[in-house]
Amino acid sequence: MSTFYFAIVGTNDSPLYEAEFGVRRDESKYLNQFVVHAALDLVDDAQFMSTACYLKTVDRYNEWNVSAYVLPSNVRLMLLHEAKADDAIRSFFVDCHELCLKTLLNPFYTANTPIQSQAFDTKVSALARKYLL
Amino acid sequence: MAKQYRNIGEEAWKNNVEKVSAELFIFTYGSLVVQLVKDYEDYGAVNKQLDKMGYNIGVRLIDDLLARTGLERCQDLHATAEVISKVGFKMFLNITPSVANWSADSKEFSLILDDNPLNDFCELPPKAIQDGLWYSNVLCGVVRGALEMMQMQTEVTFVRDVLRGDETSEIRVKLERMLDEEVPVGDD
Repeated sequence: MSTFYFAIVGTNDSPLYEAEFGVRRDESKYLNQFVVHAALDLVDDAQFMSTACYLKTVDRYNEWNVSAYVLPSNVRLMLLHEAKADDAIRSFFVDCHELCLKTLLNPFYTANTPIQSQAFDTKVSALARKYLL
Repeated sequence: MAKQYRNIGEEAWKNNVEKVSAELFIFTYGSLVVQLVKDYEDYGAVNKQLDKMGYNIGVRLIDDLLARTGLERCQDLHATAEVISKVGFKMFLNITPSVANWSADSKEFSLILDDNPLNDFCELPPKAIQDGLWYSNVLCGVVRGALEMMQMQTEVTFVRDVLRGDETSEIRVKLERMLDEEVPVGDD
């Protein structure tokens, strides 16, 4: 079973949401954040090369691939994964994009703040089960 | 009688009322509530403020409703309840809450709102739920204001709300007393 680490990074490079799917490996918790943060520069470069939101794999670190999806508001959805699964990951990102939009429409949510809603968490886990695992 | 009110309500909605984008309305109301929350920082005070705002809307809205539909004075509270749900709510929000839970002395009833358009996209933070925020409390104020202009002093409150985890939203309307005709008080 492969692990996935999913992070939503705001416009000021701080994480708004993090989640791990699949088998948990404790020693790589901080490493995941580090890898994603390092990949943000490459995302910035890549996002101006393409007009699409989905940037496929932008970076590689040892056995991890980093895939990115940039929202029009410059919020980045980052996924750390081991295997290649472009289509599944693209569908996962697109659905997460819709979830992010719904969260933004909530009047009680301020943009660029951590997403703490339990409902959001459940929905993201369901999407991960559907597309990634 | 009920069928007649339903038709009046639908007629009014179709022909006599100007429409506005639902999303614009919902988002405006949402920002209004959030701003009140930020200003007052106490959810009980926000509830009161929403009720007051609703009251001011209601006292003016009732004239609008009567002018557009030409309805006459209702004979009893049952008819009033029907008019509120089938004509009033239909005309202004395009929803028809159902009237239920009449008390034994026919002085109280409930309006059950199956879908409240104000609630779309909204999710209350846990603190708001804990401290008892009624998100759509403005609706209670509107009903109270409108009925006060029809010489009925009422107490209108939310008892259940889907945003707080209940199955439906329910507004309880209680008639306190009938008022005598008085010289109109100046706006506060």
